[in-house]
Amino acid sequence: MSADFWFGVEVFLNGLMAGVMYSLVALGFVLIFKASGIFNYAQGVMALFAAQTLVGLQTGLIPFSHLINAIFGTEFHHFGQAAPDWWIETYSRGLSVLLPESISLSIAGFLGFYGPTILAIIFAALVMLFFAILVEKLVLKHLVNQEPIILFMATIGLAFFMEGFGELMWGSDVKTLDIGIEQGGNVWFEEKTSFLGGEDFYGFYLDTLDIYATFIAVALVLALVLFSQYTKTGRALRAVADDHQAALSVGISLRTIWVIVWTIAGFVALVAGMMWGAKSGVQFSLSLIALKALPVLMLGGFTSIPGAIIGGLIIGVGEKMFEFLIGAPYLGGATENWFAYMLALLFLVFRPQGLFGEKIIERV
Amino acid sequence: MDGSSPITAEPDSYTTEDGRKIGGVVMEMKNITLRFGGVTAIKDISFDIREGEVRAIIGPNGAGKSSMLNVINGFYHPQEGEIWYLGKKRGPMKPYEIARQGIARTFQNIALFRGMTTLDNIMTGRLTKMKSGIFSQAIWKGRAEAEEIEQREKAERVIDFLEIQHIRKAPVGSLPYGLQKRVELGRALVAEPSLLLLDEPMAGMNVEEKEDMSRFILDVNEEFGTTIALIEHDMGVVMDISDRVVVMDYGAKIGDGTPSEVRNNQKVIDAYLGVSHD
Repeated sequence: MSADFWFGVEVFLNGLMAGVMYSLVALGFVLIFKASGIFNYAQGVMALFAAQTLVGLQTGLIPFSHLINAIFGTEFHHFGQAAPDWWIETYSRGLSVLLPESISLSIAGFLGFYGPTILAIIFAALVMLFFAILVEKLVLKHLVNQEPIILFMATIGLAFFMEGFGELMWGSDVKTLDIGIEQGGNVWFEEKTSFLGGEDFYGFYLDTLDIYATFIAVALVLALVLFSQYTKTGRALRAVADDHQAALSVGISLRTIWVIVWTIAGFVALVAGMMWGAKSGVQFSLSLIALKALPVLMLGGFTSIPGAIIGGLIIGVGEKMFEFLIGAPYLGGATENWFAYMLALLFLVFRPQGLFGEKIIERV
Repeated sequence: MDGSSPITAEPDSYTTEDGRKIGGVVMEMKNITLRFGGVTAIKDISFDIREGEVRAIIGPNGAGKSSMLNVINGFYHPQEGEIWYLGKKRGPMKPYEIARQGIARTFQNIALFRGMTTLDNIMTGRLTKMKSGIFSQAIWKGRAEAEEIEQREKAERVIDFLEIQHIRKAPVGSLPYGLQKRVELGRALVAEPSLLLLDEPMAGMNVEEKEDMSRFILDVNEEFGTTIALIEHDMGVVMDISDRVVVMDYGAKIGDGTPSEVRNNQKVIDAYLGVSHD
């Protein structure tokens, strides 16, 4: 096998991993659309808001500090400085009563570094839960039985509100999100695969963060599938997705289900925001990843979870391979930006329900 | 699956021709009036449903039968009148709350969860009986696991009873009409309702399917002692399976009594039967 072939494989693998990230965003859309028939325009902003909250909590930003400073002329931004050394020392001293010093030091080191991050993730998840309850109470509850377009407009409003609210709360500057996963090519992977292509081939270049993101996304999807297939709440979610009236008649409260669905979509947004934020910084453009999810939904169908995943993979691999095989050599490159939308357009023309969506049958 | 619940014993319980004992009042509708804008769908109707009986509501198209069922099940709220259920006056409640109080129903145009299997559909009927918290479910241990197994047994009993074992794992969307109706009956039945509402259980069925369905309705009533209220178009079937019949026409009640009483009621004959079919 030539080096070119293996380079193609590398492009393919990178495409798969990019695709997983697209799927992650698309998944949030599908969950809400299935359960309530709402196309949630705010999904991308939810990811941004979740990522902002995560950074804010992790680095100890004071919420609304810009607003407070502007009004009262104060000058504070942080809840003191993060003190990992102090953390580690206290922890290890406490633990060394029970454990040998070397072990207690490494546990404390782990907690000192990851502890605040893990705590921040948990608190950010709680914020998303709180957000879901608010959305149900303030918006959805009042729009029951309205036309889909009205609900859609409501989510547009929600998107703008959250965008502004997020910046008011945490500031509008570009933030870096460090979740303790290193960036850049994975050296181990590169070394282990360098034998494949002979002299000219240096091994696969795969981003470590992408590899982690892939595993996390796969775990998340598996957890979601298991939850919806094998638990009573999952069954209730599927029931509501199929038929609202019948769901009511077996004693399912739609409002509770909506809170659950928006919470899950919030968690998915948190994971997506975390991964994308760690990759390219937490800033407004993060919310635009929602636009990348649209072609995925066109492909996979709005109502299918497997569709969202496979659609994402097809888009990810498709745009990378197209660029590699056709775009760069013949079209002057930069095809990645439009390939996904082009593909979605073709699907809209020839198969509007997507690969896995329910066929649209109009009863006359 | 005893279907029994503490009911205020009424002195005027009766025994049917085939020797079943009919108990006290499960549900009483008092002077129900329901309006949609200027249209009055139900005009001042009162009747009761007693424990263990098969109670039918009949009437020509547009008589307000389905509206009546929707009032009982909470999809509609009447402007006037009182609803007494299990000895208590019922305030305005959401349909899902009413379902949790033990009123299950089927729909005229089958409302199954089409993407789910027969077994899953029937299991949804047990949702209100399951109490495990979301955390326990998430790790699928402890209460959630035990509960799932327990509920599964109840579901399997109903599946056996309705003779739908062969389609347990089939997605219901692909099943023939008659079987879908049976699955829907199973989903309502598995909730062990105090009152089972059937909205045209035989609509659109062929003779053989109708006979099957009649048999299941009677068996449900006999074996589980379930109180059943049903709406039906097919007069022959109604007269055969029900203990007492309410007749509605243009939203008003024009007759109430045993099938033979109703059959001989001149108002009913005029309004609904017209000329005798025999």
